[in-house]
Order: sequence, then C-alpha cells, then structure tokens
Amino acid sequence: MTDTLDRAPAPERGAARPGLAGRLLGHQLLWPVLAIIVMLVIDVIANPSFLDVRIQDGHLYGNVIDIARNSAPVMLVALGMTLVIATRGIDLSVGAVAAIAAAVACTRIVESADEGAASATILASTTALAVCVLLGVWNGFLVSVLGIQPIIATLVLMVAGRGLAMLITDGQITTPTNDTFSNLASGFVLGLPIAFLIALGMVALTAVLTRRTALGMLIEAVGINPDASRLAGVRARTITWTVYVFGAVCAGLAGLIIAANTNSVNANSLGLWIELDAILAVVIGGTALTGGRFSLAGTVVGALLIATLVRTIPSIGIPSEANYLFKAFVVILVCLLQSPRARAALRVRGRRGAQPKAVAA
Amino acid sequence: MSATIAVPNPSVWDRVRTYSPSRRYLPVVATFALFIGMFGAGGIRYEGFTDPQVFLSLLLDNSFLIVLAVGMTFVILSGGIDLSVGSVVALSTMIAAKTLEMGWSPYLSMVTVLVVGTLLGTLMGLLIHYLDIQPFIATLAGLFLARGLTYLISTESIPITDATFTELAFASITLPGGYYTTWTVVVALATVVVAAAVLARTRFGRTVYAVGGNEASAMLMGLRVAAVKVGVYAISGFCAALGGLLFGLYTLSGYSLHAVGMELDAIAAVVIGGTLLTGGRGFVVGSLLGVLVLGTIQTFISFDGTLNSWWTRIVIGALLLVFVVVQRLMTRRQT
Repeated sequence: MTDTLDRAPAPERGAARPGLAGRLLGHQLLWPVLAIIVMLVIDVIANPSFLDVRIQDGHLYGNVIDIARNSAPVMLVALGMTLVIATRGIDLSVGAVAAIAAAVACTRIVESADEGAASATILASTTALAVCVLLGVWNGFLVSVLGIQPIIATLVLMVAGRGLAMLITDGQITTPTNDTFSNLASGFVLGLPIAFLIALGMVALTAVLTRRTALGMLIEAVGINPDASRLAGVRARTITWTVYVFGAVCAGLAGLIIAANTNSVNANSLGLWIELDAILAVVIGGTALTGGRFSLAGTVVGALLIATLVRTIPSIGIPSEANYLFKAFVVILVCLLQSPRARAALRVRGRRGAQPKAVAA
Repeated sequence: MSATIAVPNPSVWDRVRTYSPSRRYLPVVATFALFIGMFGAGGIRYEGFTDPQVFLSLLLDNSFLIVLAVGMTFVILSGGIDLSVGSVVALSTMIAAKTLEMGWSPYLSMVTVLVVGTLLGTLMGLLIHYLDIQPFIATLAGLFLARGLTYLISTESIPITDATFTELAFASITLPGGYYTTWTVVVALATVVVAAAVLARTRFGRTVYAVGGNEASAMLMGLRVAAVKVGVYAISGFCAALGGLLFGLYTLSGYSLHAVGMELDAIAAVVIGGTLLTGGRGFVVGSLLGVLVLGTIQTFISFDGTLNSWWTRIVIGALLLVFVVVQRLMTRRQT
C-alpha cells in the first residue's frame, strides 16, 4: 500500500520511466542488502583477509562460505515462516519442531542396525520429516479448523514440543556417528556447502510453486481477507493448513542440519530462539506481519543478513553473545521503517524540507 | 381486596441451590477446581502430599512466577502480549549481582533493577502505542535487548553474597503450627492483592478491560487508551524486574542463562488461569491459580520419582491446549 503511494507521484515529476538507479533506490531490499555490504566492509577493515576464499580439497573455504552455510537453518525456517505469515499467521513452534525432528533422526540412526550406513540416515531423516508433517497437520488443524489464533495455537506445541523431544531422546544428548548425516551440515557438492544448497533448493522450489502458479496469489488472498477469499472460491482452509505443514517440514529440515552440524542433539537447546530469528529474517525481507504479501528473495536476504551479523560481531572484537543486542536494534529499526505511522512522521518532515525546492522549480 | 400478594420468600437453601456463578467467573472457578482436584489426587496417591508445608513450598518455589504472571495478566487483558519478561528476569538478576559485586548499597541496587525493568517496559509500550508496532514484535526486540545487555554485563554466573540479600533469602517467617514461609512469598502475594485491587477498583483497571474488549470503542468513549497501553507494559516490566529480584533471592546468583523460556510459563499460567488471550476478560486471581497448577504438576513429578522432568512441559502444553480450545468454543457460542 505505502509502496504504491510512494511510487505514484514519480511520473508527474517528468521522469517518463524510472531509470535503473531509481528502480534500485525504490527497491524494498535496498536497505537490507546495503546493511550486509556495510557489515562486510567493516569486517574487511577489521580483518583485511576476511573476504578471502581459498580452494582446499576441491571445496571452497572462507568466511563468506561459512556465512552462507550458517545461514541455512534460519533460511529454511524463515522460508516456511514467510508463507505462514503471508496468510496472516505465525508459527512459534518451529524451534520445538526442529528439536523434535533432530531427536527423531538421531535416535533412529543410533538405533539402526548399521549406524554408519547411508541408508540409516536416509531412513531416519525421512521418518523425522514425516513426524514434522504430522506436527504441521496438528498446528494447521488448530488454526484452520478450530479457528484458534495462530500465535496461541502454535504456542501449545512450542511449550510441549521440547518436552516431547526430551521424551524421544530420553533426556540424553544423543550423538550419532554417521558420515552421511554429518555431511548434511559440513559436506560439499560442487564446492558449495550442502546445507546452503538444500536451503537454496527449497527456496527455488517454493518460488516456482508460488510464483509460477496461482498458489502464491491464493496464499496472499487468504492473508488479505480469509472470508472474502473463501467466498471468492479460494479454499482458504486447505491453503492455511498446507502452509503450516510446509512450515513444519522446513523447520524439520533445519533441525536436521543443526543436529548434523554438531553430530548431536540436545533437546533443550537445539533451535532455541530460532523462531525469533526466522521471524526477524522474514520481517527484514519486507514481508509484512499483517499478511497478504510476501517476498521469498527478501527472506533469503534477511537470513543472510542475520548470518552476516552473527559473524561480524566477534570479528570486530565484541563478545559473540552480544549479537542479541544488535538483533534488538535491527528489529526496532526494521519495524520503524515499516511502520506506517513512523513513515508518515518521517515523510512530513521530509516534505517540509523539500518544499522550498518545489517552489523554485 | 387486600393488595398483599404472597411473595415467595426464597430460603437460604433455595438461594444456595439455585446459585450459579456469573459466567465471567466460570474459568477461574474451573481452574480452582482443577487445582483442588490435582492436590486431592496427589494426597490420595502420595503420602505427605496434603501437608500444608507442601502448599507453602509451592508458593515459595513459584513466587517469582506469580509476580511475572501478574504483570502478564495486565498485558494480556489489554489485548497484548509480552515476550520479554524471561529476559528481563535474567537482566535483573545480573544487574543486582553486578552492582552488589561493585559494592553498591543493596537498596540502591534493588531500586536500580526496578527502575531499569520499568523503563524497558515503558519503552516497549511507547513503541507499541505510538508507532503501531505489533506487541509481539516490539517485545521480541525487548527480549533480544534484555538478553543482549545481560550477556554484555557478564557471560559468567555472578554469585550474590551481599549480607542483606542472603538474610532476606534465608529469613523465614514462622506460621502457627510450625510451618514456615519466606518474605518472597509475602511480596508475591502482596503483588497479587495490589494488582487485583487496581484492576477491580480503579479507573485504570477498568480502562484495561475496556481497551482489551475493544480498543476502538474505548478510544471513542474518550478513555485514556494511550496511558493504559503504555502503562500495562510498564507494569509488566516492573513485575518482571520484581520477579527477577525474587528469582535472584531464590538462586542467589546473576546469570545470563537464567529464566530462559520463563515468558512461556507466565503466558501459560495466565491462560490456564482463565484469562482470554484476545483480551478483555480475566482475573489476577486466576493467574495465581494458574501458577499454582503449574507448580502442582512439578510437585507431582518430584513426588512420583519415576516420572521425568520433561513430562512437566508436556502436561503444561496439554493443559494449555484444553484451556485454549474450551475458550475458543465458549467464545464461538456467544458470537
């Protein structure tokens, strides 16, 4: 809404078509991308060899590759969250779902006959994702059939989920030894980390499904007005239900990657606060929390921004735990930029400054 | 023609027989029944469960959660939510521990903690009301901010060794019958009483209900919506800081990983206490009962010995589910 209002006056000023620079300046991803670049510049100043990428054993190594690899879990969770938020919902349970998925996969691998076999990983991961589908169906049922507010409906699983994960691992820190499984996080294909490729693959798949078919538009329609979209013939209930299942599967994949990264699962701490990081990534990417509009590219940029931030803070000598402080400022900043009231206040001030020029012209 | 008509004069028994509690008290009554039922079941299953000291320990072990739930009740009644309380508890323990370590007077340290908590809450309230930021997101920023500040002060656990603090923590009040309790319990119960009085008897309290019921109507009625919306977050921030002090007394340390996820317990207690998550309906007493129910689950598990601690979370989740679904069905029937 506000974007169209901003752009409307442009032709009147005589600029027949917005040039490349104009389009870039007006793009909603300008600020997040600029922020990533600024952080990288800071990194290079602090550590001149920060951007170096070297090839070792045919794989790419370096800080940038690490950022890409570490962004994978948040990117996956945020991907699911983007669609959920687009339907005007929210999914608080993704952290718990990630923990459950990791718990299921790790215990299955440990229990399998041949712990190191690739088939054990495949079987265990499939089981874990199937469990995630069930959890997603549960969330979707509460939201779309019983009509409970999403934040409350998913709170139930958020509270109970970690207990369930502990039940599965029997309260132990389960440590599977399986090369295929640990490759999920630390392996490389074509020189790039597998985790990042999985995340990008899911994003690409989702982009094709939502933007090359009518699905994306239908999801946005449900987010704008569920009742109106239902009356217009959109199966609002099925769509809402589906996005929660999708969100849970994405969270499950993220859980597997996190567990594979440390080759262990601690049901208490795995994926702690990842739902908040994911929501942050979605918001940074320009998807409004009020639903009805979503940007997958924005979510990817948002996840990369968070990963860059987490990497930048220790490299400039601040204790890495302080990243929460910076995340807080990012949240507030992004919200201020998106808040219609704050924008209106800014615009009034800007117009006052611009008025003399307009008179002169 | 005498005009006297024999009006059936209801006897006391008739009144008792036909009495049904007002609909708005039903959720609280249900929670109370649940609490009594759980305690009774515990008394039948385990020896010594109904000992009054068990109940007093329940209050003692959950005094900080009671205070948090009171603050959360205000926020949820006004139609918002506060995710930051767990982090503010951690920040409060950390500020108290650090300032005491630096040799501040214990009273100055307590005042600082309470002021910081209230300021943080007020700040979030201002963001929410004046900049139209969703409560969920603004308090998420508060969560990150408080946790980040805690880490910034220290990543290690700092013990609290101050004489006044330890004295307060260990001082017990002997009750008739040889039972004892502590000052933290007194503070928690006093908070409940004050909060209940504010909600029931003051203009501010009634406006909280009005804003939660329908903010637009409250605004059109000329109520002071801005003051209330900022006020409830300030109260929640204050309660979180006070809860943090009680938690600091309970653990006698400041640590950045204290109270992770405690905001969920507080929200769960408020919901189980019968407060409507969409706002406008509920009582502080319900939240107190909600905390007691959560505490009883824990006591159950520690008495049983064969059950593992994670069952606490699963049972809390299940209870939350039941209350949320029942709330939903009840509100659906009315509309």
